[in-house]
Amino acid sequence: MTDLTKGPGSPEPLPAVDGAPAASHMLDVDDIEVRYGAIRALKGVSFHVDQGEIVALLGANGAGKTTTQKTVSGMMRPSLGSITYEGQRIDGIPAHSLINLGICHVPEGRHVFPRMTVDENLEMGAFRFKRQDMDVRAHVLDLFPRLQERIKQQAGTLSGGEQQMLAIGRALMGKPRLLLLDEPSMGLAPLIVAQIFDIIRQVNADGVTVLLVEQNAAQALALANRGYVLETGEIVMSGAGKDLLADDRIRAAYLGEEIAAS
Amino acid sequence: MNDFIRYTIAGLTLGSMYALIALGYTLVYGVLQLINFAHSEVFMTGAFGSYIVVDTLVGGHGRQNGFMVVVVLGVGLITGALSGAGAAWLLERVAYRPLRRRGAPKLAFLISAIGASFFMSQLAGKLFNRQKNNSFPNFFDNRVLFSIGEADVRLLQVIIIVAAVVLMFFLDRLVQKTKLGRSIRAVAEDAPTAALMGINIDKTISRTFVIGGALGGAAGFLFALFSSLSYQMGFFPGTKAFAAAVLGGIGNPRGAMLGGLTLGLVENWSVMFLPSQWTNVIAFAVLVLVLMFRPSGILGERLGRAA
Repeated sequence: MTDLTKGPGSPEPLPAVDGAPAASHMLDVDDIEVRYGAIRALKGVSFHVDQGEIVALLGANGAGKTTTQKTVSGMMRPSLGSITYEGQRIDGIPAHSLINLGICHVPEGRHVFPRMTVDENLEMGAFRFKRQDMDVRAHVLDLFPRLQERIKQQAGTLSGGEQQMLAIGRALMGKPRLLLLDEPSMGLAPLIVAQIFDIIRQVNADGVTVLLVEQNAAQALALANRGYVLETGEIVMSGAGKDLLADDRIRAAYLGEEIAAS
Repeated sequence: MNDFIRYTIAGLTLGSMYALIALGYTLVYGVLQLINFAHSEVFMTGAFGSYIVVDTLVGGHGRQNGFMVVVVLGVGLITGALSGAGAAWLLERVAYRPLRRRGAPKLAFLISAIGASFFMSQLAGKLFNRQKNNSFPNFFDNRVLFSIGEADVRLLQVIIIVAAVVLMFFLDRLVQKTKLGRSIRAVAEDAPTAALMGINIDKTISRTFVIGGALGGAAGFLFALFSSLSYQMGFFPGTKAFAAAVLGGIGNPRGAMLGGLTLGLVENWSVMFLPSQWTNVIAFAVLVLVLMFRPSGILGERLGRAA
């Protein structure tokens, strides 16, 4: 575990609540159900994230990973269950207010603003502040020197890897305490993926808690402190990253190719 | 040659008003992917709003002097913009937001827009049509400011062009450089992601309507100064401004300005070759041709959503 006490946006330590251990977690997702019309995408999902952790949500396409993240970031509302963040109920708070609590979400597929420049995209990330924090900006450009090179370029003209870097950089501009990353490795070359995962490790070392959604289970579990495995809207397995990585069922279900390749 | 200059100036005058109205269509299209067909009535409301205030203030006896002209212009532009902005804000609240909340299909928005347009124009007909003298007193007395060759340039024409250009300049700065402008662009490009950045989408849409309405209302005042007022005055300028917005590339503010000026010029130049009752035909023929050969408009990049 990394030292978190001096992270820039570190919250005040929460008062200990007797008999309510849930309150000691940074994020507590309790038995949420999310529906798309008649379809139940999440059927009672519970998990927690502790301050300073990297937690991975794994699973196949359609298992509910993205839905889970969208519900945490306020893009969707659970029909049942609750989400508690730093001791406060947050389910039902819309995404544009939730970011003010320090939850930044890098959505699946990057979603940079294609017709804005890299510069403007970074500024958008700091939208919740009166003006962008130049120290944070310098730090972000330090993490991603490629963005500095392309600072005046329209984001739509960047390569996939650069767009992913921009999407993460943009989220960091919002000074997250909890960073939600949805498939940061999607569609990227292995070399770029390794770079991105290095950055995630570095960001986490700076004191940002990370909730990571990944299909690339081997890489994600190598990075994460803990992981949860989702299957058709339910959590079927959970544990420490290295335990899951060693688990036969996980290896069979998600790591077949990757293990064989290494 | 003198004719050409004369028609060019007339074209720029008309075109700059089209451009102001077209901005309202294009801004709203940007954030909602919706053609706000009631925008022509926002324009009309701006004309009547400014007329009522200016008429109460100076009455019918427009004794013209420099001071009076400045007062009429200042008051007219501001009240026109305010009534346009108010009408547009209300329109969004009543005709569109409830549909958006319910996730209604696009067709419902279109029908709501047309209904709101009829309602506003008929209401104005009922309220204002009995007013005795539905045009501004002739403050400017067709005063000629200067001449280029034989072609006279009238004061009113200069005022309209200058006012429109100033408004467009500020709008362009607003969209490009301010935080409000960036939030409007972000919602237009990718609304769910804009929300993740902390942008309140509903508020941004509301503000977009207000800005577009203010420009349309100011154009209504200028147009009324230039010709006259009626509850049906919105139809042709509104429809042509919509054509101008498409011509320039809908969703692109600079395109709307360019499209408006182009359309005004083409319309007026056509008078040199064809009888003037063909003007409206020409305007829409230009639109059809542009759509056939360049469907995204002059400055349009793409009509779809960001990939």
